[in-house]
Amino acid sequence: MDKLKVQVSPHIRSAVSTQKIMLMVLIALAPAGIAGIVIFGLRALLLMAVCVVACVFFEWLYCKLAKKEIPVGDLSAVVTGLLLAYNLPVGLPIWEAIVGCAFAIIVVKQLFGGIGKNFANPAITARIFLLAAFASEMTTWAAPRASLVANATDALTTATPLGMINEGLVEALPSYSQLFWGVTGGSLGETCVPALLIGGIFLIVMRVIQPTIPLVYIGGVAVFSLLFGQDPLYQVMSGGLLLGAFFMATDYVTSPATTKGKIIFALGCALLTSAIRCFGSYPEGVSFSILIMNIITPLIDRFCVTKPFGAIEPKEAAK
Amino acid sequence: MKKHLNGVKVPHHKGTSEKQIVWMDVPEKVTIPMSQQIGPPCEPLVAVGDEVKVGQKIGFADHPMSVPIHASVSGKVTAIEDFLTPMGAMTKAIIITADKLQEKDPAIAPPVVTDHASFVQAVRDSGLVGLGGASFPTFIKLNPKDLASVTTLVVNAAECEPFITADDRGMRELSDKLFVGIEAVRKYLELEQVIIGVEDNKPAAIAHLREKETDTLKVQSLRSRYPQGGEKVLIYETTGKVVGEGKLPADVGVIVMNVTSLITLGQYLLTGEPLTYRCVTVAGSAIANPQNVMVYLGTSYQDVIDFCGGFSQEPGAVFMGGPMMGICVYDLSFPVLKNNNAIVALSKKDVVEDKESPCINCGRCISACPFNLMPTNIDRALAAGDVEMLKELKVNLCMECGSCAFVCPAKRQLVVSNKLAKKKLMNAGKR
Repeated sequence: MDKLKVQVSPHIRSAVSTQKIMLMVLIALAPAGIAGIVIFGLRALLLMAVCVVACVFFEWLYCKLAKKEIPVGDLSAVVTGLLLAYNLPVGLPIWEAIVGCAFAIIVVKQLFGGIGKNFANPAITARIFLLAAFASEMTTWAAPRASLVANATDALTTATPLGMINEGLVEALPSYSQLFWGVTGGSLGETCVPALLIGGIFLIVMRVIQPTIPLVYIGGVAVFSLLFGQDPLYQVMSGGLLLGAFFMATDYVTSPATTKGKIIFALGCALLTSAIRCFGSYPEGVSFSILIMNIITPLIDRFCVTKPFGAIEPKEAAK
Repeated sequence: MKKHLNGVKVPHHKGTSEKQIVWMDVPEKVTIPMSQQIGPPCEPLVAVGDEVKVGQKIGFADHPMSVPIHASVSGKVTAIEDFLTPMGAMTKAIIITADKLQEKDPAIAPPVVTDHASFVQAVRDSGLVGLGGASFPTFIKLNPKDLASVTTLVVNAAECEPFITADDRGMRELSDKLFVGIEAVRKYLELEQVIIGVEDNKPAAIAHLREKETDTLKVQSLRSRYPQGGEKVLIYETTGKVVGEGKLPADVGVIVMNVTSLITLGQYLLTGEPLTYRCVTVAGSAIANPQNVMVYLGTSYQDVIDFCGGFSQEPGAVFMGGPMMGICVYDLSFPVLKNNNAIVALSKKDVVEDKESPCINCGRCISACPFNLMPTNIDRALAAGDVEMLKELKVNLCMECGSCAFVCPAKRQLVVSNKLAKKKLMNAGKR
C-alpha cells in the first residue's frame, strides 16, 4: 500500500470552484448574447468571438512571456472577453476591439497581478479606454435589424435612447416595448431586458451572486431618477444598467465582500449613474460609476468589517 | 425568531446510522499512549513484564489536570515505547499483549458518591475526557470556579461531522446509561435545566429521547448546519447565550458535555468500570463494511478496519474523526484513543488534491464562518505579516471548524492560514 496522505483539515471540499463560477457566468450571459445576434445580426457573433479569442490569447501570451503559470483554464479571460464585447457597439472595427482586449487583460488584469488582484473590472475599464481612444467609433450605434422594427427606416446607424434624451430628441424615443425587447441602438449585449433578467436571476438562483448589489443598484437608479425628474422605468431599462448591475458591479474581485459594503457600493453606483445621466455631458454613466466605485472598494472593505461573534471591542477590553 | 449563526451545508454520509453497535474481539495487543487529554501526559505506573487486568490504572501524573489512563485488556506489558501523538508531540505508549481472558481489576466497584466533591473525584477516577474529540478533562469541567452560577447542562449530541453516527447509536441503544449520567450531573451540580441538542438529521434518536422529556429536560432539534456541535455555536443555538472572547461556557452558566461522555459516565457510576472501550464509527469510501464498533482503547486502526472487512478500495487518507476536523493518521498501527469518535478512510480518488488558486474575493468564507470572522482578510494579513491586523480580525476566536476552506472556490487552505496566524500572534506576544 502507498503511503497515506497527511494534510490539514477539512478533508472534503464543496464542488464550487473558480472555474465553475466562471462557467455559470458564461451560461448566464448566453441569453443576452443570443439576443444581441438576433437584434444586430451576425456581426455581433463575430465581435463576441474576436473578443473572447483575443482575451484568452493575450492572457496566454502575457503569462508565457512573464513565465507565469497559464491560468486560461479558469475561464476568467473568456468572461472578460464576452463582457467587453457586450459593452461595444456592434459596428466597432475589429482591430479596435482587439486593442481593447489587450488593454483589459494585459494592463488592467495581468500588470496588477492577474486574477483576484485587479483593482477594477477589466471589461469596464477597457470600454472606457476605448471610448477615450476611439470616441467616434465607440458612439456610432448600429441600428437593429429592420425586420424587427415596425416603423423602420433605411438608416444603418441610430442613437441610443439615453443619447436621444441627452440631445433632447424626445419625440424619436423608442416605445417601452421596443426598449424592453432591446430593439434600440446600444451596445451589443446591453439592450434586451428579458435576456439580461433571465441571466441575472440564474446567477442569483445558482448562488453565484447575492441579490444585494443588483437590487440596490437598480432600485437606487429608479429612486434617483425619480428625484432628478426622470422616468424611472425608462431609466432602468435604458443603457447598460442591467448588464452592469447583474454582471459587472457584482464582479467579486472589485466589489466589497460584506453585505454592508455591497449596499454602500451599489448605492454609490446608482447615485453616480443617475447623476451622470442627468447632469453630465455623457448620456450614459454605468461604466464610469462602476469604475469609480471599483476604485473606492478597498476603502469600503476597510470600514465594513464584520463583528466577530462574542468579540470584545478594544474599548471594552480596556475597562 | 433569533438569528442562527452561519454555517455550511456539508454532505451527511450517515450511512451507518441504522447499523447496531457491534463489539469487536479483543485484539492481540493494544498500544496505550500516555497523552490522551488536554494537559500534561501521564507517567506509566507499570513496567515491562507486569501483568495487568482490565480497568487497572496504568498511567497518571501528579498534576491538578491529570486524568488516569486504564488498561483496556488483561495481559502482560510487553513494551513501553516512544509514540508520536496526532498533535505532533512525543510521548510514551504502553504496549499490552492481551491474554484474551479480560479479567477485571478486583478493585473495580461502583464509586461512592455523596456530594459534589466526591462526584468530581469519581469523574476523575473514571478516566473521562471529552469524548467528542476535544479530550478536555471532564472532572475540571464539572468543577467550575463559581458552581452556584452554573444552571444549565447542554448535552452535545449535534454530531454535525459527516459520516459519524456513534453518538446517534449511543442515544438509541444506551439511553438508560445516558440518563444516569445526566441525572448525576444535574444532582451534584444542582442544575436547573438540561437541554439535549440533536441535529434534525437524527429523527429516531430525537423521538427516542423525547419519551423521557420533562419540564426541566428538553430535547432540542437543531437544523443540520455544520458546525452545530461547536461548543459556542451549540450554546448559542440552544440557550441564546453568547460565550464572549476569552470566556468559558461556565461564565454564562452553562456546562456542555458530549453525549457519549455522559453515557460513559453513567456506566462508571453504575458499575465502576472506567473508560476502557468506546463506540467508533468506521466509515468512508475505502471501508468495505462501514459500521459502528465498540473498540477496546489502544486497538490499532489496522485491526479495527480488518474487523470491518478491510479496505474495499485503496485508501488515500485515513482520519481520526470526521472529514471536517479530523486529523490524518500517518500509519495504520495508530491506536484508537479516548477522544476518537470515528475512523474515516477515503479512497484515493476522494482525497482532496485541489491546488490553491488566487482569492477572487467572493466572500463565501465570510458568509460561512459561524463566528463572523473574515478568513480571506486573515489570509492576506498573514501573507503581509501584519500582526496588528490579525489581532483586529480576532483570529484567536477561530475554532478551526473548516467551514471557510470547505466553501472556498479558489480551494485556499484557510484553516492552515488561521492556524499560522494564531501561531504568529502567539510568537508576537512572547516578544
